[in-house]
Amino acid sequence: MDFGFSEEQEMLRATARKFLENECPSTFVRRMLDDPTGTTPELWQKLAEQGWLGLVYPEGYGGAGLGFVDLTVLMEEMGRVVLPGPYFSTVLLGGLVILEAGSEAQKKEWLPRISSGQARATLAWTEPNARWDAEGITVSGKPAPGGTVLSGTKLFVQDAHTADALVVAARTADGRRADDGVSLFLVPRTARGIEVKLLPTMDQTRKLCEVMLNEAVVGPEALVGEWDKGWSPLARVIDRATVALCAEMCGGAQKVLEMTTEYAKIRVAFGKPIGSYQGVKHKLADMLVDVENAKSITYYAAWAVDEGAAEAPLAVAMAKAYVSDAYRKVAAAGIQLHGGIGFTWEHDMHLYFKRAKGSEFTFGDATYHRERVAQLIQL
Amino acid sequence: MDLKPTAEQQAFRDRLRTWLRQNLPREWTSRVVSGPDVPRSEAYLFLREWQRKLYEAGFLGLTWPKEYGGRGLTFMEELILHEEMALAKAPPILNLLGIGMAGPTIIAYGTEAQKKRYPSKILSCEEIWCQGYSEPNAGSDLASLQTRAVQDGDHFVVNGQKVWTSVAQAADWMMLLARTDPDAEKHKGITYFLLDMHSPGITVRPLRQITGDAEFNEVFFENVRVPAENILGGLNNGWQVGITTLMYERLALGFGLQVRLRIALDALVELAKRTKRNGGTATQDPIVRQKLAQLWIDTEVFKYTGARAVTKLLKGELPGPEASTGKIWWCETHQRLQDLAMEILGPYHQLVRGSDWAVEQGIWQHTFLRSRANSVEGGTTEIQRNIIGERVLGLPKG
Repeated sequence: MDFGFSEEQEMLRATARKFLENECPSTFVRRMLDDPTGTTPELWQKLAEQGWLGLVYPEGYGGAGLGFVDLTVLMEEMGRVVLPGPYFSTVLLGGLVILEAGSEAQKKEWLPRISSGQARATLAWTEPNARWDAEGITVSGKPAPGGTVLSGTKLFVQDAHTADALVVAARTADGRRADDGVSLFLVPRTARGIEVKLLPTMDQTRKLCEVMLNEAVVGPEALVGEWDKGWSPLARVIDRATVALCAEMCGGAQKVLEMTTEYAKIRVAFGKPIGSYQGVKHKLADMLVDVENAKSITYYAAWAVDEGAAEAPLAVAMAKAYVSDAYRKVAAAGIQLHGGIGFTWEHDMHLYFKRAKGSEFTFGDATYHRERVAQLIQL
Repeated sequence: MDLKPTAEQQAFRDRLRTWLRQNLPREWTSRVVSGPDVPRSEAYLFLREWQRKLYEAGFLGLTWPKEYGGRGLTFMEELILHEEMALAKAPPILNLLGIGMAGPTIIAYGTEAQKKRYPSKILSCEEIWCQGYSEPNAGSDLASLQTRAVQDGDHFVVNGQKVWTSVAQAADWMMLLARTDPDAEKHKGITYFLLDMHSPGITVRPLRQITGDAEFNEVFFENVRVPAENILGGLNNGWQVGITTLMYERLALGFGLQVRLRIALDALVELAKRTKRNGGTATQDPIVRQKLAQLWIDTEVFKYTGARAVTKLLKGELPGPEASTGKIWWCETHQRLQDLAMEILGPYHQLVRGSDWAVEQGIWQHTFLRSRANSVEGGTTEIQRNIIGERVLGLPKG
């Protein structure tokens, strides 16, 4: 048994921390709050040069061929700086679906360009019904002369407004089971009949969009994977993306803990550093317990996903349930222990708090995942 | 990162599992584990014999050096032992304090004579140990202890009182912390003695607990003489000796606790599946489902945080922050588990052993009450939080 990171992984962590602290200070994050793209072409190119855009893609597609445990290290570091921009949507949603279910031609067309920073992608999956299961997919895909007609609305779609390609999950049949009858289509964002609107959101470091499909016609080459059989690869991708999100959340929570601990050491009230009061000390100790536990269950889920272990879905559900609660609690405590300053726009704490809150509900909150756990352990 | 065991570790597990299957005294196990029906002296005789068999089969003292009766293996084998024992629902180790604390501390600080004299008798259960740390006014604030040891030639004379002393009624030896320099600072004038419990002047009085059992005791010392050669780790150095090995030992034990927690949770899930509620089973109640699922997650989390800590130990590194969280997490989770058991039992939770209506002979009531001690024994939760705050996060002392 070895439940630690390798030397290479520790090196990746050190490199990533240095790079991200230089390139993504909070002044940059704040600038990106108002920038609709959430990133700059320069930073995006640098991410590509680091090899991070293709980190988990095979070398044959321009990637680095690393695993999800490696990615966990990188995501933690990105979470520490609340990295804005379409990394998650491009690499872990759009790109990963293409890798998981795409044809050889689709992979060759898109993955090398994603890896090199030339193309961005996303996944249009969720809808106004705000569900995370197969039944939530109601956008219709109807066979028509020349291909398929897509109609309906997708909501909460990450970075659709800057993506070159959208992978759209659509209902192509009303099967007896909801997960039978979902198909995936790879659609250029600029295709006719597609309209994208950027949404004002609480966490402005992650841009969300509404995507309207107004009888958009796509050709047969747009199908990703098998007709009616799209849910299974989609669910695998969502599980993987969820692990990556958990890692990002762990990094953010760790950073909040560090910032708050440092503040508690220097901030004096009633003649003593507030960190010497048990009310503050115990809260910080509880934050540490939550952060360490969040990492443990996330690393386990990353390992299970990498191994293709049968227990991977359970591991992912456990991780998302735990980490969703943990990051929210830690970020809220971070504001509380900073006092009035923690509630200001000038202080960085709200960047973390909002990211925690947004991530808590992305891919299902703790209540949703606890129910998933209940089903998987056959309660 | 790889959670799979090596071939050697798997072989050790298989050998242990086979041995347990062949040697576990089934009938005794259930009687001893579920407690009160077995006369105390009879249970002790049984547990003593059980530990001796385990030792002779080569399954105790796994991490201790061979020259002192151990096996010279790693923490990995140690945690496999705890896991398999718990999975097999094997009876607990009687000499737990000897194996968990006295032995490793003697091996770390003892003279060659002490290291030859004590550890192997601890493993074979020839000599049972108890821990004389807590006093009526020195529990979590251990450094305030008042029991005094005054030098008289080549002996020390001990006067004072200990309390909450588990297994003192059966113990042959005690790890005794006593004040040897009353003028020194609180932490500095304490000495660690190996005390023969059969010495004249020792009175042991059992204390009845919230469960009705008497697991622990008050111990009174009246002019008890200890030879100076029974000092462990040097005069006035007892504070350091007393606390150093605690964290390491807790780690390996944590794995056993995790598995026992999981066994309790499995039992609770079974109970919930059998319990009718509002026309269905308790497991169909969405709130009970949420609570059970959370307990499942929290029990798994405990395992993986422990695995990270043990990985560091195996690599020869000091355990990091993850090692300090286990105690808080375990007792918080276990108490929540027991609370949920009472909730699932509903009004039946009132009925204890002796009632025909008591669910599962009242075992849940017993474990529920016992669990309240979890956040007090072995350092209260509040002290654990102070330790994390000060030693891990580096916050100033209050």
